[in-house]
Amino acid sequence: MATATLPPLAKKDFQTDQEIRWCPGCGDYAILSAVQSVFPELGVPREKFVVISGIGCSSRFPYYMNTFGFHTIHGRAPAVATGLKVSRPDLEVWVITGDGDSLSIGGNHTIHMLRRNIGLKVLMFNNRIYGLTKGQYSPTSEIGKKTKSTPFGASDRPFNPIALALGAEATFVARSVDVFQPHLKAILKTAASHQGSAYIEILQNCNIFNDGAWDSLTERDARSEHIVQLEHGKPLIFGKNRDKGIRLNGLKLEVVQLGNGIGEKDLLVHDEHNPSPTYSFLLAHMGETEGFPTPIGVFRSVEAPRYEDLVNSQIQEIQAKRGHGDLEKLLRAGDTWEVRA
Amino acid sequence: MATTVTPPRQRKREVLDRAVIRFCGDSGDGMQITGSQFTNTVAIYGNDLATLPDFPAEIRAPAGTLPGVSGFQVHFSSNDVYTPGDSVDALIAMNPAALKMNLADLKPNGILIANLDEFGETDLRKAQMTSNPLEDHSLDGFRLFSVELTKLTRAALRDLGLDSKSVDRCKNFFALGMCYWLYNRSMDGTLRWIDDKFKSKPLLVQANKLAMQAGYSYCEATEAFQITYEIPPAKLAPGVYRNISGNTALAMGFVAASQQSGLPLFLGSYPITPASDILHELSGYKNFGVITFQAEDEIAAVTAAIGAAYGGSLALTTTSGPGMALKTEAIGLAVAVELPLVICDIQRGGPSTGLPTKTEQADLLQALFGRNSEAPVPVLAPSTPGDCFWIALEASRIATKYMVPVIILSDGYLANGAEPWHVPSLKDLPEFPVKFETNPADFRPFRRNPRTLARPWAVPGTPGLEHRIGGLEKQDVTGNVNYEPLNHEKMVRLRAEKVAAVVQDVPDAVPVGDASGDLLIVAWGSTYGPVTAALKAQREKGAKIGHVHLRYLNPLPKNLGDVIGRYDRVLVPEMNLGQLLMLLRAKYLVDAQGLNKIQGKPFKQSEIERKIEQILAER
Repeated sequence: MATATLPPLAKKDFQTDQEIRWCPGCGDYAILSAVQSVFPELGVPREKFVVISGIGCSSRFPYYMNTFGFHTIHGRAPAVATGLKVSRPDLEVWVITGDGDSLSIGGNHTIHMLRRNIGLKVLMFNNRIYGLTKGQYSPTSEIGKKTKSTPFGASDRPFNPIALALGAEATFVARSVDVFQPHLKAILKTAASHQGSAYIEILQNCNIFNDGAWDSLTERDARSEHIVQLEHGKPLIFGKNRDKGIRLNGLKLEVVQLGNGIGEKDLLVHDEHNPSPTYSFLLAHMGETEGFPTPIGVFRSVEAPRYEDLVNSQIQEIQAKRGHGDLEKLLRAGDTWEVRA
Repeated sequence: MATTVTPPRQRKREVLDRAVIRFCGDSGDGMQITGSQFTNTVAIYGNDLATLPDFPAEIRAPAGTLPGVSGFQVHFSSNDVYTPGDSVDALIAMNPAALKMNLADLKPNGILIANLDEFGETDLRKAQMTSNPLEDHSLDGFRLFSVELTKLTRAALRDLGLDSKSVDRCKNFFALGMCYWLYNRSMDGTLRWIDDKFKSKPLLVQANKLAMQAGYSYCEATEAFQITYEIPPAKLAPGVYRNISGNTALAMGFVAASQQSGLPLFLGSYPITPASDILHELSGYKNFGVITFQAEDEIAAVTAAIGAAYGGSLALTTTSGPGMALKTEAIGLAVAVELPLVICDIQRGGPSTGLPTKTEQADLLQALFGRNSEAPVPVLAPSTPGDCFWIALEASRIATKYMVPVIILSDGYLANGAEPWHVPSLKDLPEFPVKFETNPADFRPFRRNPRTLARPWAVPGTPGLEHRIGGLEKQDVTGNVNYEPLNHEKMVRLRAEKVAAVVQDVPDAVPVGDASGDLLIVAWGSTYGPVTAALKAQREKGAKIGHVHLRYLNPLPKNLGDVIGRYDRVLVPEMNLGQLLMLLRAKYLVDAQGLNKIQGKPFKQSEIERKIEQILAER
């Protein structure tokens, strides 16, 4: 086969000659680098990749990826991508979006994409701010946040993107961080192999308008105290000395100190395949609670029929049953009459 | 039934060249079905015809009230029919509200069949009537037939053991049976339809058949009607015909376009009156490989279509005015990235939610200019329900040839109105096979075809053609993001020149009627019928007038200015406040005048004739 003789793809095959126009120090560079590293490892010919974005800093992404790319309009990338994927299931379609693009103007498309479980991979860069419009609060900004458009503090309660995706019954929901390169790459690869919609929140730093938004999670000293890594089949343990864990108490989670009779066996063991979204939902809200670490990793990964498969197999079934459409017959369907010369 | 056998009475049979009848009743009375059945029957018989369904936006307004009235008018003839008819020869009114809302259109001495059983005190109160018109002589100027439609239907179905609600629902077929008798029409077609429609409910098959036959026999048996009417078949061109509505014709036109272009059809749509029937029709054509995507909203509908177009589908989105407003930004994107897309706007009364079920032509300027910045698109408008088929093919052909979104402006009247349609054979359909770009050597996503200015269609999955497109301004030829002032002006001009270049595919305007003279009527869309009828009538009276009907609203035919110059006056009838009028005045500096009707109803022939006479008298 011809494909066997093709040289394997490398990271540079996915880089373009376009000058990158993100601010120096932006977290987007790290995400771009991770994606360019992971794509060659997926065993997909380059021409089969399509990167589709909406509007915002993150949405400039396709211009820097040497694949097919489409920079669309604000919030609509999931809908454009849905039209492409359902009509061209052979393509690997990745959606790049941000907290404003995906959760504000594009919220409706986000939830409906997830509910349909169409085979799109969505990378949602969450920097908790509007960067491209120069610093207004976003739907993930914390309450009280002072920004250009909220000089006295925001009165809106923020969205929890993971909880929102789970609420829409997303089949794959994960979180990673721009600067955690190995973790991010691993999550991207796992998402790539998921059948159906994969929604990945990537915590990303905007060093111009919201610098340090995730410092409590990314600073080397604080990291292990404030983050818990979700790993399927493993207990939820965190802390600099790996001496704390998460335990399920009724329908509540609690942080426990290991030792004094409390061991790993008492802890919650992560089950990303748990069919009930309720379990993942508990995890989703953990980071918002005082004293709890923020989870990163795969919250949920379950199998469900894909939209594009259902649509296309229905067409095939009907064609098998009724035969391929005959235009002449269609035009003459129903009551007709003939006028003779 | 044991009835006395009597020889059939000898009644007078009058031969007419045309008749207009209107069924009206409550929304729950099945008037649309009754009207469509009568229409199909006269169509199969060979009459030319036009219909005007007129129904409320409410699914079921309170029964018997004025807002709940639904009507269906059909004009059928042994000659050409261009309109559903200005006034009606026979009115079938199922209740007082229907009578009140429709009586004004009944001709003097016209036939009025009223359901006597629905004219009780409560019924009259619901219709806000203080006295019973069937008794107070207010209807003396008409041939009134008060018939106990409900009681007679109940009597006919007495032995079926059907519940009383279902029995009463059959009374429309009793009325239909009467009309078949009155106009000497066979019940066979409707009998077949009943068999098919209720095939899973044998009792309803029996009930509806019995009711219709009872209505027919009632006329046969009573002395009520002394005259029956005969409208001989029309002399149509030889060929196979079917009855067709505009929305059905559009749907079939796109299936044909898919086949003739060799591209799979993708429809992104969100339910909206009066466009939803296109979605319904196309969702049934899965055996043609059609993908129909009922989106979460209007914006997703059009953007999903853009995504499908990017992937190499013949992409379509269907909507009405409010949906057009929502799709605006996305259509601009399709202009910017130069992908083919067809947008069908089935216009309805506005602004805002407006009159969802009524017709209007007020989205013309929105279609032409309703986007930010310079975002020109070709705009086409079908003139009759059958023309919707051809306009779907033409819009698809232009969209793929020029790599451009194309807007089709239909309207509620064309969408739901029906006419006999000469079914084309496949060899009469244009072929326009589409070729994707496949050659990676020196590939440039925005290098243009010198004649059409179209860019190549390079679909994902093609090795070596990886490239990026988007809504940001692009550098000429390369398509790379570019903000340079002169490049922007060049790109704005190129996109405009490309749409202007479509004129090479637009046939010259050829006036119908006089090639020069006192008055030229320039019209577009569904006004075709009444304008054609008015022109014919006025020319028979000696007027020197011509008519140009525009199927292409952008670009306009290149000789339109010359044609306009050959007449002393120009009249532009439109169901809006003068949108085409404004364009013609601006473009050709002509002192054209408008005739504007914004009532949710098509023009009557007489309204246009009156305006023509007025203009000609002014000279």
